[in-house]
Amino acid sequence: MTMDMRNELPPAQAARKAWLSLMAKAPDSAMLALWDAQNCTPSFTWLRRPETGTVMVRGRAGGTGAPFNLGEMTVTRCTVQLDNGTVGHGYVQGRSHDKARAAALADAMMQGDAAEALQTSFLTPLSEQLAATKAKRARKAAATKVDFFTMVRGED
Amino acid sequence: MYVAVKGGERAIDNAHAWLGEERRGDHDVSELSVAQIRKQLSLAVNRVMAEGSLYDPDLAALAIKQARGDMIEAIFLIRAYRTTLPRFAGSEPIATEKMACDRRISATFKDVPGGQILGPTFDYTHRLLDFKLAAEGGLTDAPEGDAQPGDVPHVLSFLDGEGLIQQEKQGAETPPDLTREPMELPANRPLRLQSLARGDEGFLLSLAYSTQRGYARNHAFVGELRIGDVPVEVDIPELGFAIEIGDITVTECETVNQFTGSKTEPAHFTRGYGLVFGMSERKAISMALVDRALRWEELGEDNLGAAAQDEEFVLSHCDNIQATGFLEHIKLPHYVDFQSELELVRKLRRDTMAGAGNTHAQEAAE
Repeated sequence: MTMDMRNELPPAQAARKAWLSLMAKAPDSAMLALWDAQNCTPSFTWLRRPETGTVMVRGRAGGTGAPFNLGEMTVTRCTVQLDNGTVGHGYVQGRSHDKARAAALADAMMQGDAAEALQTSFLTPLSEQLAATKAKRARKAAATKVDFFTMVRGED
Repeated sequence: MYVAVKGGERAIDNAHAWLGEERRGDHDVSELSVAQIRKQLSLAVNRVMAEGSLYDPDLAALAIKQARGDMIEAIFLIRAYRTTLPRFAGSEPIATEKMACDRRISATFKDVPGGQILGPTFDYTHRLLDFKLAAEGGLTDAPEGDAQPGDVPHVLSFLDGEGLIQQEKQGAETPPDLTREPMELPANRPLRLQSLARGDEGFLLSLAYSTQRGYARNHAFVGELRIGDVPVEVDIPELGFAIEIGDITVTECETVNQFTGSKTEPAHFTRGYGLVFGMSERKAISMALVDRALRWEELGEDNLGAAAQDEEFVLSHCDNIQATGFLEHIKLPHYVDFQSELELVRKLRRDTMAGAGNTHAQEAAE
């Protein structure tokens, strides 16, 4: 799939992609702490219980050329169905079944009436935490940027 | 001749119990946690992930603990665990040009757009032991600067724009996978890169060094070395679109190598590529040099008979788990094999002795 095609997702799918991506990448502890604080305990049935597997990560030769297999990463997935019929998918990095379950439940609830509340109290704070961690790292990297100066040659 | 085919269970159980005790060591010293290994021996964790070919820092840290710090044993544990997991999918190729760079340097251009970012490097340290760490390391807060928004472009894209560097060929969307199909030679570049990415760091370092010393020299410059996080995007069939499934740290090295040119083609630089899980720049640079050496045929160079140019030699020997498996199996019981050899040598000696005895007898008669 090309970058252009990804950008052309309809708004509803783009939003869903954003929250699923956020939860997939969030550290287990940060995500579960925030999720537990929501006290969200909707009743649901498992369409697919959590299972851990891998995704083969690919790179490109020279960064731009032919794809090649770099190595695998662990991923856990599950699927839930709320009593109102809404289906939620959890796909998360790592091996935490709890995190996958939380992601699937949040995905289902984000498709319903609770979306706005969950966005405010769960997804936005999670997103801000991740952005803050990333920004701090970027600032530390920036502090190690080299400022070159030219030695003045003493000949005049 | 008696050959034991059973037995030793009690000895083995006791040996493993002692292994556990030795692993734990002196109880006066507090036990090492997996989290400590993950956070404080992170480069060891990175190596186990890269050569274990499975990105999971917690598992790699556990493997290091279980293996008592024996890296190849830890890699073996990860490889074995990996085979128990189902494969859900293959990712979209990671977009390293969108990397959040912790480190990004170029040895070819001083004033490269995006700047030279040193990151948390051992470079420019004096390699003097720091005895403060033997006491309490203490907390150090790294200074912070002003981060520039936006992606850091690849250095080689500037050469690319001028047509000064060879273009990378496109290839099959689904690359060959040596974990699914036995490797067949000659291999194509995607298969070679997969093999090198999980290959032994020490082996690749030595091969890369051999090219620098003159065995198929290809005059490599580090065009760019970058380390940082990239998202991994995977198409999810039940959703009908791709999501980012995680963030991984990778090290990427692009080399600019000796130029080629002919009557029909203007002179231009060639390139080698290294990409490795985690922060692992020695391995990434080594991989790029070996990748470049292996491209001799494609780039119309001579086969100088150097080890680094020999695809069969490099790819068949770079996997340390294959190598150690075959190497170490010779310490396991070979009693039957050896008994038959023993019998043969005894027989040959008897024959020789008998022959020599006859010669002596003949000489005496003459």
